[in-house]
Amino acid sequence: MNYSGAEILIKSLEAENVDTIFGYPGGQVLPIYDALYDADIRHILCRHEQGAAHAADGYARATGRPGVCLATSGPGATNLVTGIANAHMDSVPLVAITGQVPWSLLGRDSFQEADITGITLPITKHSYLVRDPSELARIVKEAFYIATTGRPGPVLIDIPKDVSSTSSEYIVPEELHLPGYKPVSEADPRQVLEAAKAIAKSERPVIYAGGGVVISGAQDELVRFAELLMAPVATTLMGLGGFPGNHPLSLGMLGMHGTKYANFAVCECDLLIAVGARFDDRVTGKLETFANEAKVIHIDIDPAEIGKNVRVDIPVNGDVKIVLKQLMDILQPRLGEAWREKIQTWKKEYPIDFCDNGELKPQAVIQEIYRQTGGDARITTEVGQHQMWTAQYYTFSKPRSFISSGGLGTMGYGMPAAIGVQAGCPDDTVFDIAGDGSIQMNIQELCTAVNYELPINVAVMDNGFLGMVRQWQELFYNRRYSHTKLFNPDFVKLAEAYGAEGFRVTKRSEITPVLEQAIRSSKPVMIDFMVESEENVMPMVPPGESLSKMLG
Amino acid sequence: MTHTLAVLVENTPGILARVAGLFSRRGFNIDSLAVGRSEDPGISRMTIVVEGDDSILEQVTKQLHKLIDVIKITDVTRDDFVDRELVMIKVNTETSTRAEIMQLVDIFRARIVDVGPKSLTIEVTGYESKINAFENSLRPFGILEMVRTGKVAMLRGFKSITINERQKREDTN
Repeated sequence: MNYSGAEILIKSLEAENVDTIFGYPGGQVLPIYDALYDADIRHILCRHEQGAAHAADGYARATGRPGVCLATSGPGATNLVTGIANAHMDSVPLVAITGQVPWSLLGRDSFQEADITGITLPITKHSYLVRDPSELARIVKEAFYIATTGRPGPVLIDIPKDVSSTSSEYIVPEELHLPGYKPVSEADPRQVLEAAKAIAKSERPVIYAGGGVVISGAQDELVRFAELLMAPVATTLMGLGGFPGNHPLSLGMLGMHGTKYANFAVCECDLLIAVGARFDDRVTGKLETFANEAKVIHIDIDPAEIGKNVRVDIPVNGDVKIVLKQLMDILQPRLGEAWREKIQTWKKEYPIDFCDNGELKPQAVIQEIYRQTGGDARITTEVGQHQMWTAQYYTFSKPRSFISSGGLGTMGYGMPAAIGVQAGCPDDTVFDIAGDGSIQMNIQELCTAVNYELPINVAVMDNGFLGMVRQWQELFYNRRYSHTKLFNPDFVKLAEAYGAEGFRVTKRSEITPVLEQAIRSSKPVMIDFMVESEENVMPMVPPGESLSKMLG
Repeated sequence: MTHTLAVLVENTPGILARVAGLFSRRGFNIDSLAVGRSEDPGISRMTIVVEGDDSILEQVTKQLHKLIDVIKITDVTRDDFVDRELVMIKVNTETSTRAEIMQLVDIFRARIVDVGPKSLTIEVTGYESKINAFENSLRPFGILEMVRTGKVAMLRGFKSITINERQKREDTN
């Protein structure tokens, strides 16, 4: 029996157990939307394609299953670009499907034509321009396999309208033929042995854990590994939740806005064990002085990350969950009392803290969100000061509980991501901790949340500034606040206009009751916290400086 | 140091753009890139000449491996290999210089492929230093146009850069 390309696409998505698609219809995807009409797949109509991509990304990060977004050709497809780049930077399994003008019109600058496979070449793990409907079943199967295996990433499938509307047989491919793609899982035992030897010799080891731990589902293994070594664990922004923040060996986040004790520990360690982390410049600061007394072991599934930014003494290429197990099979427990005591002293001497003068402080709001949710909520963020305060003042102890744009730093990510998270985890409390600048980049998605009865909570840390840029202007540009002061709408009225609930908090005493009300509400809620306008994120390593030279 | 890489890729549309884009966005400089079908029509072979130290080469290789359509990468630089490039040169000729140019063609074992009233088009294959020497010897006469294919390379002897039958079987299973 023959089916249209669009029907084959939908059947293939169903075969991949896709239950939710985030999308936006348009001329060149009409056949696909028509096939979707009868499908057993929930479609969430976002208000902008960028929102659809971030929602699919949030869904994937929260559930661990691939996120799917769908857009039409030309501007629909190009609006996905930021979302695809965001997923690429943070290794998120995403399948982006775009409509394309028919083959007969391709390459003629036809109406709403954009070479989206060309545009997205550097920001996708792989991409396809489909030539014939008979290829679709194979391509979808390959796309999901590529997106979800090895180091995950976004895969784009661009489907010309004539391909989705003409008929072909639906033949499910039994095997995949990808001779160039062989994701590793187990590491070479010789590399593991080398790493074990270096660990046994070290006196001051530090584990530096990144998003790879979360992706690989290796939290339990990491805890056992750290306890076996009695080694402190610093995490990257993406690694938050990969190691329990309330564990005695936790150092919290390291890097530009990391804890002082995490950064001191990295500066003084004699062995740095990087686990699923990529030595981003926001983590390392000045490269020449980063862990320069230490031997470096780098465990990563992507061999191209090993040795890319820093010199690595012992490369271990494999899936971190499996590699940690391999290592623990041959490691002996160690004690390292002196090193632990030194770290405890730093922890006591330099706790993460803010000047609590009784005013409405963003840090206090975040601490209260943590208290009221018991650390059980799924937290998304936008990008800026509020993101760093969230990383510092909300203790993440569960994997996939912190969902934030790390590598690309995309303002406007948090709200659509929260929609994806809530769609994927309907029983969980979801908060988007936002800034007044970032939230306005995709604020239209509040309508999507209302439309689909997704009761997300949006906590806007409203300081009337593009806060992080203002902070840099204060510290490095002599307080010349060039174009960072914001004129804002009335967020409460705006929330109400969208059909959500809106609250405004101006005093410290109002934080608790308003948050209680928000969490109880079955509707999407936006809370405008009018926080102190010139509060800074501290500590801070100035850009390009050594980790030991922290301000604040 | 200059490295010569033999890269086997699936013969799919867009693979050349993927490889070239990878080099340009990471600031790796390609000295030469030649591409064509291999003995297997489904597989193309690229010969890429890239300049850089060992750490640059390591990154180039690892990044190339990340491309789904790249099947195999071999750095032949330290192996015993033969490499060739085909070059066509159109040179200005006067009645007085024609004989001299034809002599040079003989010496370099080049071949005249087209004769015009005031020009000769010469084809020459060889490794880089030979081609450079030939080009330099023609330069005084006035080179009107030149086109080079980029280097292709192959290991000497019985060793070969192919996907063996066992690997092919594993790939399909």
